[in-house]
Amino acid sequence: MSKRIDVSDLNVYYSDFLAVADVSMTIEERSVTALIGPSGCGKSTFLRTLNRMHEVIPGARVEGKAVMDGQDLYASDVDPVEVRRQVGMVFQRPNPFPTMSIAENVLAGVKLNNRRISKGDASDLVESSLQGANLWTEVKDRLDRPGSSLSGGQQQRLCIARAIAVKPDVLLMDEPCSALDPISTLAIEDLMAELKSEYTIVIVTHNMQQAARVSDRTAFFNIAGTGKPGRLIEMDETSTMFSSPNVQATEDYISGRFG
Amino acid sequence: MAVLSPPKVGGRPDQQEPRARRSKGGLAGRLFEYLSVGAGLLILVTLAAVAGFLVLRAWPALTASPEELQEISWFGSSTFLGYVGPLIFGTLLASLLALLIAVPLAVGIALFISHYAPRRLAQSLGYVIDLLAAIPSVVYGLWGALWLAPTLDPAFRWMTDFLGWIPLFEGYQPPAKNVLTASIVLAVMILPIITAVAREVFLQAPRLHEEAALALGATRWEMVRMAVLPFGRSGVISASMLGLGRALGETMAVLMILSPGFLYSFFLLKPGQHQSIAANIASKFPEASGLSVSALIATGLALFVITLAVNMFARWIISRRSEFSGAN
Repeated sequence: MSKRIDVSDLNVYYSDFLAVADVSMTIEERSVTALIGPSGCGKSTFLRTLNRMHEVIPGARVEGKAVMDGQDLYASDVDPVEVRRQVGMVFQRPNPFPTMSIAENVLAGVKLNNRRISKGDASDLVESSLQGANLWTEVKDRLDRPGSSLSGGQQQRLCIARAIAVKPDVLLMDEPCSALDPISTLAIEDLMAELKSEYTIVIVTHNMQQAARVSDRTAFFNIAGTGKPGRLIEMDETSTMFSSPNVQATEDYISGRFG
Repeated sequence: MAVLSPPKVGGRPDQQEPRARRSKGGLAGRLFEYLSVGAGLLILVTLAAVAGFLVLRAWPALTASPEELQEISWFGSSTFLGYVGPLIFGTLLASLLALLIAVPLAVGIALFISHYAPRRLAQSLGYVIDLLAAIPSVVYGLWGALWLAPTLDPAFRWMTDFLGWIPLFEGYQPPAKNVLTASIVLAVMILPIITAVAREVFLQAPRLHEEAALALGATRWEMVRMAVLPFGRSGVISASMLGLGRALGETMAVLMILSPGFLYSFFLLKPGQHQSIAANIASKFPEASGLSVSALIATGLALFVITLAVNMFARWIISRRSEFSGAN
């Protein structure tokens, strides 16, 4: 199920403005890849190009290649809707559908892919997905309550359950813990460690310790100044990146001596 | 207001007595409080005054004996209920038909403006729709009677020929001064308000939820169904009720288009079957005096009660699933 992504010479534009320039990287399967860097350096933008969510913004476009399992995500015959069904995403703020119950939230993506699902299969899938997101024991007695009745951390795990219910190949996480308290953050981090045995995970984070804790490989993005494009500075094993990075800027950023 | 701490004025040190500060800083606040409470009360007082007037003036007709009522020349019934019943039926039928036509159309237009159309087209389309609201109802009446009725004639002929086995469409007689024509005109009249409210609600659908749907691999239509329509549901219901309120009370257009009748009839294409309360009052009022005025006012009271009930029903629908509304 899990797949690797090879990105080569990727440029992201918002209309004429070059937001991210010249990114080439390999995202390994069954591992956690962390994207770190200062605000505005294009890491979130880059993350969104991996499931073509940047196209939601009018005028956004991409040059270059992102090849997943031999298939270029940007080939002309590829439907972005199909890409998003294979590359799931978890957002910065928990966003369960407020008009749906917990169970309906989990099944939301599945109902899009495959409209007919038997009741038994559906409840099995709800259970396995919620278990996969470490949420089952907390919500099993109130599956028909609205998703918005949960706490922030639970809502975020519900969103993870919703994303993994469609069995994606890759899971993108855009600062998934930035709106959560430390205990919920820990729960999500533990979950990532479990999920990487099955999924390719890419996470954007502002929290250096988090990147060090959860990721196998880390990519550092930086920006030369306002109006300049963000660039990938370097990418390596997380342990290497945090102990002996090759580039001075990486070390400055990681050690807090930024700029 | 005591719970709110008063705004600090002039950056004075905190040594001052709290009570003194409160009265000083709270003057504008208190003035605003009186104004807003007064405005709120004014609505209640107005409503009570209208209700009181209606009940007071309708009372003679409501309590009159059958003999007295039969002295009114156009009163084709011996009881008040017998008279107002077909009117209520006609009013509701015309308004609900109008709603049935207008709501899907309005939701479609609102979605097109909020989620499909390029920005510039969306804006100008919005203006055009709003412009429909600026046309006086008497103009709609002229348009309906002089242009729409003859234009619909062939369509109605076809309907009664080929769909006549459905009782609804049986027995069309030209000219098309029937309840369906009136409903179509009403639908056009209530389209702007429903569209405008629905558009505003759809535009407020949280981007977060739209992106959640898209990231799950939803197409644009699926995204609209998952994130926009459920969010806008209560707004669309309130919009429809606003439209229904206008359709229920619409006088001039119905008066000019509909050939009146006082029957409980589902023949949508036959003339002389239905009449709405408002149009009936307008047509009878100039020659009414004494008890007949009371009778007309009593039908007005009935309309008032219906409108109130419709609004309460709408509120109830909205509150039923408020937990899932996204407001919490």
